[in-house]
Amino acid sequence: MDVYFLQQVVNALSAGSLYALMAVGLALIFGILRLINFAHGDVMMVAAYLAAFSLFAGLPVPAAIVTMIVGTVVVGVLMERIAYRPIRGGPEVAMLLTSFAVGQILQNGTLLLTRLGNQPTQIAFPAPDFLSGVVQIGAVTIPRVNVVSFGSGVVLLVLVMLFLTRTRTGLAMHAAAEDLPAAQLMGIKVNRVVATAFALSAALAAVAGLLYASQAGQINPYLGFTPVLKAFIAAVIGGFGSIPGAVVGAYALGFLEVIPTALSGIADVLPPGSVSPGVHDLLATVFPSGLGSYRDAIVFVFLILMLLFRPNGILGGGAKEDVP
Amino acid sequence: MTAWRVPRRTLVAIAILSVVLTLLDASGLAFWQGLAINLAIFIILVEALNLASGFTGVFSLGHIGFMAIGAYTGAILTLPLRTKAEYLPNLPGWLSGVHLDMAVGPFPLGFLVATLVAGLIVMVVAGLVGAVLLRLSGHFVAVATLGFLVIVRVILFNADEITRGSRTFSNVTPYTNLWWAWGWAVVAIYVAWRLKFSGYGREMFAQKGDRWAARSIGISILRPRLVAFVVSAFLTAVAGSLYAHFITSFSPTVFYFDLTFRVITMLVVGGMGSVSGSVIGVIVVLALAEALRRVEEATLLYGLGGILLAAFFLAVIIFRPDGILGARELSLERVIGRIRRRTSPGAGKEAPGPG
Repeated sequence: MDVYFLQQVVNALSAGSLYALMAVGLALIFGILRLINFAHGDVMMVAAYLAAFSLFAGLPVPAAIVTMIVGTVVVGVLMERIAYRPIRGGPEVAMLLTSFAVGQILQNGTLLLTRLGNQPTQIAFPAPDFLSGVVQIGAVTIPRVNVVSFGSGVVLLVLVMLFLTRTRTGLAMHAAAEDLPAAQLMGIKVNRVVATAFALSAALAAVAGLLYASQAGQINPYLGFTPVLKAFIAAVIGGFGSIPGAVVGAYALGFLEVIPTALSGIADVLPPGSVSPGVHDLLATVFPSGLGSYRDAIVFVFLILMLLFRPNGILGGGAKEDVP
Repeated sequence: MTAWRVPRRTLVAIAILSVVLTLLDASGLAFWQGLAINLAIFIILVEALNLASGFTGVFSLGHIGFMAIGAYTGAILTLPLRTKAEYLPNLPGWLSGVHLDMAVGPFPLGFLVATLVAGLIVMVVAGLVGAVLLRLSGHFVAVATLGFLVIVRVILFNADEITRGSRTFSNVTPYTNLWWAWGWAVVAIYVAWRLKFSGYGREMFAQKGDRWAARSIGISILRPRLVAFVVSAFLTAVAGSLYAHFITSFSPTVFYFDLTFRVITMLVVGGMGSVSGSVIGVIVVLALAEALRRVEEATLLYGLGGILLAAFFLAVIIFRPDGILGARELSLERVIGRIRRRTSPGAGKEAPGPG
């Protein structure tokens, strides 16, 4: 029971780090442009493919990672320049739809490029050594990638925080997020700030893509959809647009997600006689053994409840409703 | 526009449509018949989404979830008793005895009833979902409805006894033909048109234009949104049932984001808020998609079509954000006026400004 419990905690922390890397990227861009960048998941997918093909090409692991990050940043910056800049400041829904179109282009582009290169589209990800295998901590066996996810997540998030609070560019980003036109009037080069935000967000997505692909083992052009939805939920839990909020929300989501899996069939796991038959039946009804497969549905019900009752996050207040 | 001219034109249009459908039906051109049925189903989907989103400004990404519920409900209801016992042996008792496969002569009454029941069930679902979600604004309602789509998908995948889970659901009787599809498409267009110019429609557009101004003159925000959402969900479920009885085998993966994006592209290209624009948007995008599919098959460059369609959509949003028609309607007078002005030089200066 204890081992099982510890493993669930590690799973939650590792998933939380992955969501945090993604959610911070979403929040950075939302904070400045009020754009929900749904193509963010596809940026992550592009990173996974860049890493896979760099490794297939025989590049040493550090070089492959650098190639992946640089390539993904280029994609992120180009995406902003070509698609998002023309509609900057436009209606929110138009920006959201634009990001869907960008996502479709990235997915189909990846499909087309694998075709042109005569490669299979769905490939087994060649996870580097430091991301494969397991580590043994006491009685607990954990996939190494989960440990690395948690560790690298924490380190990168601290670096991002330092960048945002201690550098001129970071402060310029804060100013732009506060009030874009005013920041422009103060002499801040808004285009450069926005491009930097997209670059930073793409770099974080690249790391997330490497970790995600190593966990999943398989990659395909459509893998970004679920992670970006999860990152969005994480950002909503923390209060959309707030960077620390996104981190808090991501870890909260990581724990929220393991709960249905951990509780499913709990009645059958309990030692016989430890609870009264009535409690046993109640547990069996409320947490049936198939509960884990409903995880995503449960998480989205939670998202909807958050949007309705705490639209500014667990720390915020107020309401974003049209109907008072 | 005087009152008597509208029905006469409508009748003429329906007469022309009937002649075309009769000819197509008799022609035996299976490919074009299939395309025409697809066209009709997409027209229903896009008119429905137009009603829910174009009229009210509340962007729904969850409509394909309604379509999925409509498709599965309709398909399960029309399964003959014997097929049902063999194919879905674990169906709950109250459902296993229902079989809407009766016919009155050549008329498949059961199919009509099943489609209506599917529509009504989805209406109830939409009423519950809408009462909760339609309070949200802007892109938050879009993402919340996307959440609804994901929830529907997870349930379809896991409700094994009823939907066969991730396995293909087949053995559906192919009831949907040209007449059913286009009959319902005409109903969808008619409903959208009548609603747009009704009091409810004015309320929908009013709260979309300026919700504080609308509130200040006593127009409710939630009520018109909810009316639009629920009626729209009914039509979407009908499209789902038609689709199920057309394609005859399908799985939950069909009803997801790709289809959502396709329908939204059609709506935005045609012009949100325009009933005739939706029809034009469906025709343009479907023709483009079909042409690109052929290019893909000829060149084996899979993915190219998707890139070009998305780029086209992007170009529309950037360069013509209101789509082809905006919220206006196609009007014969305007088209004729424009041709007259063009053919007779000088007349344009005297003509009144564009309507």
